[in-house]
Amino acid sequence: MLEVQRATVRVGDWSLEGVDLVVGDAEVLAVLGPSGSGKTTLLRAVAGLQALDAGRILWDGDDLAGVPPHRRGFGLVFQDFALFPHLDVGRNVEFGLRMQGVPAAERRRRAAAALERVELPGIERRRVATLSGGEAQRVALARALAPGPRLLLFDEPLGSLDRGLRERLTGELRRLLSSLGVTALYVTHDQEEAFGLADRVMILEAGRALQVGTPEEVWRVPDGEQVARFLGLRNILDGRVTGSRAETAAGTIPVPPGTPEGPVRLVIRPGAFRLDPGGTILGQVMARTFRGEAYAVEVAAGGVVLEAHLPRAPSPGDQVRLAVDPAGITHL
Amino acid sequence: MGLHRAALTARSRLALAVVAAPPLVFLLAFFVWPVASIVATGLFPSGRFAGGAFRRAVEGGLPGVAWFTLWQAAASTVLTLLVALPGAYVFARYDFPGKRLLRALFAVPFVLPTVVVGTAFLALIGPGGLLGIRLDGTIWAILAAHVFFNVAVVLRTVGGLWSHLDPRLEEAARLLGASRGQVFTRVTLPLLRPALAAAASLVFLFTFTSFGTVLLLGGPGLATLEVEIYRHTTALFDLPLAAVLALVQMAGVTAVLLAYSRYQERRAVEQALRPAIEVARRPGTPAERALVGGTVAGTALLLLGPPAVLVARSLNTGEGWGLGYYRALGRPGRAGALLVDPLRAVGNSVSFALVATAVALVVGLLAAVVIAYHRGRASRWFDTLLMLPLGTSAVTIGFGFLLALDAPVDLRSSWLLIPLAHALVAVPFVVRAVVPVMRAVRTRLREAAAVLGAPPRRVWREVDLPLVSRAAAAGAGFAAAVSLGEFGATAFIARPDTPTLPLAVFRFLGQPGRLNFGRAMAMSVILMVVTAAAVALIDRLRPPGLEEF
Repeated sequence: MLEVQRATVRVGDWSLEGVDLVVGDAEVLAVLGPSGSGKTTLLRAVAGLQALDAGRILWDGDDLAGVPPHRRGFGLVFQDFALFPHLDVGRNVEFGLRMQGVPAAERRRRAAAALERVELPGIERRRVATLSGGEAQRVALARALAPGPRLLLFDEPLGSLDRGLRERLTGELRRLLSSLGVTALYVTHDQEEAFGLADRVMILEAGRALQVGTPEEVWRVPDGEQVARFLGLRNILDGRVTGSRAETAAGTIPVPPGTPEGPVRLVIRPGAFRLDPGGTILGQVMARTFRGEAYAVEVAAGGVVLEAHLPRAPSPGDQVRLAVDPAGITHL
Repeated sequence: MGLHRAALTARSRLALAVVAAPPLVFLLAFFVWPVASIVATGLFPSGRFAGGAFRRAVEGGLPGVAWFTLWQAAASTVLTLLVALPGAYVFARYDFPGKRLLRALFAVPFVLPTVVVGTAFLALIGPGGLLGIRLDGTIWAILAAHVFFNVAVVLRTVGGLWSHLDPRLEEAARLLGASRGQVFTRVTLPLLRPALAAAASLVFLFTFTSFGTVLLLGGPGLATLEVEIYRHTTALFDLPLAAVLALVQMAGVTAVLLAYSRYQERRAVEQALRPAIEVARRPGTPAERALVGGTVAGTALLLLGPPAVLVARSLNTGEGWGLGYYRALGRPGRAGALLVDPLRAVGNSVSFALVATAVALVVGLLAAVVIAYHRGRASRWFDTLLMLPLGTSAVTIGFGFLLALDAPVDLRSSWLLIPLAHALVAVPFVVRAVVPVMRAVRTRLREAAAVLGAPPRRVWREVDLPLVSRAAAAGAGFAAAVSLGEFGATAFIARPDTPTLPLAVFRFLGQPGRLNFGRAMAMSVILMVVTAAAVALIDRLRPPGLEEF
């Protein structure tokens, strides 16, 4: 089990400030944050490549301070893969085993097994310069897996790949991680990747942890406006709740049961809107974008601009009435 | 923590000093001290400043010699650029069969010893030359040899950058309404300027200090400063005058180096470079095919013709084809004495090359560690200091060795002097080969090795060393080629009983008669083969996975 307690790193006037996290055995925790949030710094601190200015990192209760990276027994998959250009694929994958002093025959067997696991069997003799992006990513994963690390660290390992490949590899990686039952810390800026892979997600912004929870929890109940905005939820309205209704600048809308009375800040998911002649929100269409499944439509209503995902597309300039499904509304 | 860090810095400072000391001592002893001795001998013959040598130099024709040195270098540079640019373009932008082989072959003239180049041109346009016209002793012979020698420099530097230029910039200019000519003058040329300046300054330096070629091909009226230094020392024993000439030449070289570095600082433009494979394509239209074919054939004729003629003439004994001249190498000359034992000359050259390479490797690697891992003003100065011997004339270095290296140990009669002089010129090649690779070993790779369980020492052995050692081997190959072909300094310091291959060629050329001319050809071919073998080794040892920027 990995525990990070009050981890602090200061670089100039930027800092990673007092971050706590726990990754349980066989759990995959994704750290999700925009660039500059400090997620890579956190990962490097866990790997031992970055010294902490304050705080502790523990493995199964033992403080790792003073344990150099090569004695931590962690595996790391770099964003740019960092494959050794002077070694072929097989010798890249064998590297960690060689450092452990594993005999050659055993090394080759385990390297072959690791390559098989990432679905690249028999490419030991290939030069790393000839690998495609997706292949290099898998080889980097095989290299990290082969020595049997007690913790796997991922630094945006899919960040440099194109969208289609990224989506496919996200699925493969999830299956692989759950079949191996490996403990992993996964750093990314892509929420689909984080939600698709992780048991739990931590949102990091400007060096501070904002929320930790399962993907569903974080998505359904974002803890604060910053998290909501980071997740792409831009319909954030102030309102006053009386019973099951709330008065907002855009109009009176229904709220889900359990919403506290009085002034409140509400988040409305774009999918919660529908066109309805009896709707309580009257607005004007500002712009629309075709998204395949639906149109993303910007509607100006009562001085605020709302984003709604609608199956039919009113034209810009049209007056529309929108109704809201209270299930798509949360308060912050 | 703070105390720990301070201790670490002190330790790394000490380590830096320990690593920097040997190259620094080497440079002080074998470059700064000899050159200082020249200055002292020339300007302060009896401890007081003597301006007499300057007056005698001016009266003795120094302005004329300096002017000739300057304009022939300028003309050589312009001609070389004009001849090489079409080839650089074709190699950068087109794919064609045999491209790799031709690229390797076209690099050969640059590493050919000057004596071989001179002899090859004598075979072409000298007495009984293939072309049937005598041009030796004229400026045309010198210019032709200089172009031949340096086209490879332009192909490498300009062609290298050209092949990585983003062609979309030119396409963008076309779509904005520029004609082909305008694209070339307004977009391509300005983008190539850094490489053009680098190539031009290198060619200028090489031709400004040209010695072997001018000595062999120039007549009595066509002497560069370098040749005059040699003549005043060995034939006229006028050391003060030679020292003045050496000073004038060093001033010229320094001016070029300074102008170049200032130009590079002012004109540095960041560019997005692309992999060469994306840029090059097969010639499509008949016009393109004609352009590619014509340029490649012309360049091949220019670069491969003279060595081919050299080989042919070494085999054409006048009574038919055969190895007569090669066999004659081992027979006594007309005076009854064996002029040069060919086997001993090969042996001398190879053993000097081995020692010089070893010295250059040790000094160069230590220097490279300082330059690559410690960035700062001191390290930049160190870099410049190391490059100076490359810009200093070989004759000056040899002359300085003779003047200076008598104390504390008298090295002047030792054979070690020759490989030491060679190493001095070879060190910059080792440094240039190794530093970029040392810098290119990314921190990420070291971190990857550490996370995979490699302790720091092991990281160095598993990651840095394998990557750097191949580059070092390539540098060593260059060093060996430099040593094998070195003529200027060797001509000064070699003793009669330890001739090298270039000296042997020179001695045969200095003897009258058709047989000796043939022997010179044969000896040149042997030298060319030995050097080409060393260069072939370089290309085999190129580090993988690292682009040749």
